[in-house]
Amino acid sequence: MSNGFEARAAGLACPLPIEEEAVVQMAHGGGGRKTAQLIERVFLPAFRSDALEQLGDGAVLTVGNERLAFTTDTFVVQPPFFPGGDIGSLAVHGTANDLAMCGAEPLGFSVGLVLEEGFAIADLRRIVASIAAASARVGAPVVTGDTKVVDRGKGDGIYVNTSAIGRVRAGVTVAPDRAASGDAILVSGPVGDHGIAVMAARNGIALETQLQSDSAPVQLLVRALLEAVPETKVLRDPTRGGLATALCEIAAASRVSMRIDEAAVPVRSEVRGACELLGFDPLYVACEGRFLAIVPAAAVERALAALQALPEGAGARRIGTVTDGDAGRVLLRTRIGSHRRLERLSGEQLPRIC
Amino acid sequence: MCLAVPGRVIAIEGEGEFRTARVDFGGVAREASLAFVQEAAINDFVLVHVGFAIARVDEEAARQTFEALRAIGELDGALEDDPDASR
Amino acid sequence: MRHVDEYRDPEAIQVMLRRIASTITRPWTLMEVCGGQTHAILKFGLDELLPALIRLIHGPGCPVCVTPLEQIDRALAIATTPGVIFCSFGDMLRVPGSHSDLLVAKARGADVRIVYSPLDAVDIARRTPSQRVVFFAVGFETTAPANAMAVCAAARAGLRNFSVLVAHVLVPPAVDALLSAPGCEIQGLLAPGHVCVVTGWRDYEALAARHRLPIVVTGFEPLDLLRGVHAAVAQLERGDARVENQYERAAAADGNPAAQRVVNEVFVVCDRKWRGLGEIPASGYALAPAYTAFDAERVFGLGDLHVEEPTECRSGLVLQGRLRPTDCPHFGRRCTPDHPLGATMVSSEGACAAYFHYGRGAAAAA
Repeated sequence: MSNGFEARAAGLACPLPIEEEAVVQMAHGGGGRKTAQLIERVFLPAFRSDALEQLGDGAVLTVGNERLAFTTDTFVVQPPFFPGGDIGSLAVHGTANDLAMCGAEPLGFSVGLVLEEGFAIADLRRIVASIAAASARVGAPVVTGDTKVVDRGKGDGIYVNTSAIGRVRAGVTVAPDRAASGDAILVSGPVGDHGIAVMAARNGIALETQLQSDSAPVQLLVRALLEAVPETKVLRDPTRGGLATALCEIAAASRVSMRIDEAAVPVRSEVRGACELLGFDPLYVACEGRFLAIVPAAAVERALAALQALPEGAGARRIGTVTDGDAGRVLLRTRIGSHRRLERLSGEQLPRIC
Repeated sequence: MCLAVPGRVIAIEGEGEFRTARVDFGGVAREASLAFVQEAAINDFVLVHVGFAIARVDEEAARQTFEALRAIGELDGALEDDPDASR
Repeated sequence: MRHVDEYRDPEAIQVMLRRIASTITRPWTLMEVCGGQTHAILKFGLDELLPALIRLIHGPGCPVCVTPLEQIDRALAIATTPGVIFCSFGDMLRVPGSHSDLLVAKARGADVRIVYSPLDAVDIARRTPSQRVVFFAVGFETTAPANAMAVCAAARAGLRNFSVLVAHVLVPPAVDALLSAPGCEIQGLLAPGHVCVVTGWRDYEALAARHRLPIVVTGFEPLDLLRGVHAAVAQLERGDARVENQYERAAAADGNPAAQRVVNEVFVVCDRKWRGLGEIPASGYALAPAYTAFDAERVFGLGDLHVEEPTECRSGLVLQGRLRPTDCPHFGRRCTPDHPLGATMVSSEGACAAYFHYGRGAAAAA
């Protein structure tokens, strides 16, 4: 597929914002196509490694007879406190979840903080307590850390980076390129809660809702799933860019097509309501504490039973099937029986009036 | 144009062009101005566009739409049962 | 969701599809004016479900797409002025001007903020009296009442630091221009339901008579659109050419008088340039004399500005309904949402962006 460089090279005048490639934009952090471009054009050429090029949620490294998963994640969420969690619990759950997506459980966390001058110590204590509670919940301690302070005005209060290593469960190999035709696609619960809950807490778009972020450790759910179905092929948590983007990425990595049944994708009523109001598509709204799993068709019953046995997995559903076809093609069967192709999110979803 | 979403009025405050409502959209609520639909009452449905109600949803009209549809549907069903009917 | 889900019911959809199939005997070309309707058609795959005899052309119903380059450039000039908070609806942020867009300006440090309602911008002005707050008043007749109320609210509060950059456009003059253009193939029109909720449909009666075509006031849900299509096709088959309302639960013939009153107080009709369509007389709103203190163009001294539209982008033809997005040679190649050549690809309501996002044409094969 061509890109903006070609248009400029051809010397054509067009209203393409030329500075686009020279500065980082919010869209680069959106998790969709622009993020992918940044990775492809800036990071991958500089950092070369087999482990990195897999582009999984974490890297799997072989140490002797063991496989270790290693992951890092940085959290910049605004506001730092939102219904259902805060930046601290999010940071621990998010990183633990990334390890879970590799089939691993954490051995220990690092926590790196960037604090803005003037940030309330009382708020810092709350967040630190939250980190401690979350790490206890996932069963691994914070073993190392770092703190930096930046001038007032140079940081959004607090940024948190967490990293973790863990052992990959024996007999389990999950990777984004393992989906195969005939496999079933499952989701562990309703999508979009987190993105809408965070937005509801933002001043810019005032929404009243009881909706909580779904930020939660998926560890127990993944453990249950992998015990029942060690042959699970792919795990992915649809954070930025939402479910649709995650599906497109996996379909591309595995060089398969997918068929998704819109009516089968669980979405809470409040998330639908907020999406209708803002003109958002729930399939592209960020989730935390959710994951999609791709398992062989023969294992679907076992997989759903294992997930639904836990309270946080009550909403687990099968949403589609992996099929033969063009690599990366994800087809959605709409509620009314028509079909449309799902693309990766471009930039961020912006509230619209039209 | 234009994104206007139907929601249920669950609370009302103020008078005249300062009249506002809390409107529920499937479990998510937002304040909306009733300046243009001052006659809206609790439990009415209104169409909200950029924070303003622009119309009351006429539930009777909506009901009639579906009644007509049902009638057509039954007619279709009857036609399908009748092998001699031409389309 | 009540009053939403019923209009997406698969069985009801099937009933209408069968109805349309049994009514139609010849090919007909229809235009849906509104960008929101275009989106619904593509999102729900209605164009694939409808009989092949029906050709749907997507009209210029996207106020974001038709905002002229000059206005975007003015917005950028204002947004990058120190001490300014520039407020806008979300969908305007990605629209390219001559050299840049508001998102890039934001990335470079301009205080650009997304608001859901124009009243939020007035609130910001109230809370930050030391800064000048400007709101980008874009939209069709549907949004004009809200924008007008924001100006009234600012006037009532005596705010000296609030102004609006007006880029309002009116539907009937644009439709008239399209229908009058030689080579126009539109035989029936689906009129924008929410515009008509505000304005009523009297203006469309004159259009139906002058151009002798059926005009059906249509809503935005799949069932609404199919009912609109069916009504238009039924009229065409009968040889009728009148205005009909298929959005009975919301639209009335005379529209919303309270909304119209405030619009007529704050705005006056003026000539307006439409991106891709050129200047159309009496097709826009400007602030009425009593409210010129709130005119951002005056406040920031951005008087005459003329920008030539680049010839390469064919947005204009798409907006006129004379070019299908997928027939444009740049679609999916040099022009995608990531690097758009024109507004119809940038704006999420633009026909080209909708085609791309919902997987039609070249993009689907890429």
